[in-house]
Amino acid sequence: MNQSTATDISGFVNREYKEGFVTDIESETFPPGLDEDVIIALSAKKNEPEFMRDWRLKAYARWKKMTEPVWAHVNYTPIDYQSISYYSAPKSDADRPKSLDEVDPKLLETYEKLGIPLSEQKMLAGVAVDAVFDSVSVATTFKKTLADAGVIFCSFSEAVQEHPELVQKYLGSVVPSGDNYFAALNSAVFSDGSFVYVPKGVRCPMELSTYFRINAMNTGQFERTLIVAEEGSYVSYLEGCTAPMRDENQLHAAVVELIAFKDAEIKYSTVQNWYPGDEEGRGGIYNFVTKRGACRGENAKISWTQVETGSAITWKYPSVMLEADNSIGEFYSVALTNNCQQADTGTKMVHIGQNTSSTIISKGVSAGRGQNSYRGLVRILKGAENARNYSQCDSLLMGDRCGAHTFPYIEVKNPTAKVEHEATTSRISEDQMFYCRQRGLSEEDSVSMIVNGFCKEVFKELPMEFAVEAQKLLGISLEGAVG
Amino acid sequence: MLSINDLCVQIEDKKILDGINLDVAAGEVHAVMGPNGSGKSTLANVITGKLDNLTQGRITFNGMDLLDLDPEERAREGIFLAFQHPIEIPGVNNIYLIKAAVNALRRHRGESELDAIDFLAIVREKMKLLQINESFLYRSVNEGFSGGEKKRNEILQMMMLEPKLTVLDETDSGLDIDALKIVSRGVNSLADAGRSTVIITHFPRILEYIVPDHVHVLIGGRIVRSGGKDLAHELEKYGYTWVIEDTPAAVA
Repeated sequence: MNQSTATDISGFVNREYKEGFVTDIESETFPPGLDEDVIIALSAKKNEPEFMRDWRLKAYARWKKMTEPVWAHVNYTPIDYQSISYYSAPKSDADRPKSLDEVDPKLLETYEKLGIPLSEQKMLAGVAVDAVFDSVSVATTFKKTLADAGVIFCSFSEAVQEHPELVQKYLGSVVPSGDNYFAALNSAVFSDGSFVYVPKGVRCPMELSTYFRINAMNTGQFERTLIVAEEGSYVSYLEGCTAPMRDENQLHAAVVELIAFKDAEIKYSTVQNWYPGDEEGRGGIYNFVTKRGACRGENAKISWTQVETGSAITWKYPSVMLEADNSIGEFYSVALTNNCQQADTGTKMVHIGQNTSSTIISKGVSAGRGQNSYRGLVRILKGAENARNYSQCDSLLMGDRCGAHTFPYIEVKNPTAKVEHEATTSRISEDQMFYCRQRGLSEEDSVSMIVNGFCKEVFKELPMEFAVEAQKLLGISLEGAVG
Repeated sequence: MLSINDLCVQIEDKKILDGINLDVAAGEVHAVMGPNGSGKSTLANVITGKLDNLTQGRITFNGMDLLDLDPEERAREGIFLAFQHPIEIPGVNNIYLIKAAVNALRRHRGESELDAIDFLAIVREKMKLLQINESFLYRSVNEGFSGGEKKRNEILQMMMLEPKLTVLDETDSGLDIDALKIVSRGVNSLADAGRSTVIITHFPRILEYIVPDHVHVLIGGRIVRSGGKDLAHELEKYGYTWVIEDTPAAVA
């Protein structure tokens, strides 16, 4: 890499990162760069126990020996990891915008279109929230409901302090620290995230959502989520924002680990709408995420539902390790790429136990110059008698400059397995458009309706309110894709 | 209401419509009849805005120049096309499309949107008339519908949208007598002095149920003969060849 490119990149990586930070908190931000000392300092800042620090250092040692993967069907300028700052104290109320007047009007316009109430808009935009703000009391109420049920739901940092034994037991047990390049980096430097523990036999009394985890709103680019569902328990977790919470960071490398024991079920829903960059592909988030769940007991079930409309580049494969007999894995995905967005996403279903079954429904929508790839692995191991998989990958193209690609990998080591794969590629037809418009719908509403119909099988897996917002989001993300 | 003057449409080297003149006044029913390939569907497509490459002519609707309007704007002004081949939209509930359409038109007229309860009450009443059962609303638009169901769905949409001008593009084709009667009843339920209908058809049969004020015979892109409803009876008796032989200029 020559000198000028290196400068460009550091400018690129840092540019948005600086925004929103004011000078008086700079002392709370580490200078850019990564080495052992930074990790030790980070761990100390967070007052972490020794095991945590050592775990981070081990991950860092592995990461140093690894190389960035290049197999994904995406293009981007190399990231200079030494130009990123790895610790930033959460913004205090004094540093936040004082009112919505200080927030980017374009962002507010989107909130408006999504029909998000003003109070929530403030929270999403990171506006300083005062003590009488509704959501705070709402959050407190939920905290009590959860505590009464015995459910632990807190930030990862809090879990490290309050429940170190649980963290030590399960952290890295699904995604080992050296699993892949970005997971290793995350393991070394993760700033915060969510922790959920549902005790035996408990059905979590409410959908857990990051909305109510206000203190973690400003977690950095390296989030870590760990969810443990004990025997016979159930939890539904909603991640991310249904609105474009604009992150200052360019690189977002998160890790999510799910563990479901006997008869337990975890339903994990994501609506991801990070900043996608502008029409020319400048800026935007690199969303390089490792998500994996393990079914550790019989009849355990893990279900991933994702709606990915944001980010400049999305690289994620929420997976399920079907370790125990009769366990079930599901993956429902909508990935939309418009303008210059690129997505390489899919899943891995690894069948280890007997009678395990998995379902994959993937809907890719490409518009503008967007590139959309489905990449999925179905692996049936030798001992997985009577394993079943059904995969369906549908692509919808809009315009003639976008692309849709499907990379299915199927490995079957047991002759009793039944694996089905279906794939289709289609376009929104002129006839469909004219039919809707003849009924009085605008061009954009027509596209939105047709695309939503295409994605219906996935949307119906989302919790009700989420589904409504996801539909609106799809329409907004496709604005300007026709005409 | 609708006024078409010297309309010519040429697609590549082929003249599809060649100097059409047609005036439809409010409250009137006009039938446009003709054999296959005579340009009937093209006429429907030009009126509704699917085709906009006119070579010549002018179409006005209540004084507005239709050619300046997008298809959705024409729809909102009250022009409805019952499609010859209704289009399937997978994953979109029928009720969802109809409600979105009704509300798009209401918004255009400055009216408030119908809420789900009012909407359902109205649509159920119309469905009764068309002998459609409730499940119809929750199926994907036209997907897996039989030919007859598709046509009834078009008329249900028409009844919900209450257009000023309805163009029925071969709505009768593929319908048995019972279905034809039901569909005609639906169309007639909307008839009043302020609404007009253009029926495009091969066959005179539908005209027994929806009685036209004027009948036009379209052959080779030209209206070769116009008359009252008796013209349809003559056509039934003698066929289109009779008109062609009688009007040599038509095939020139």
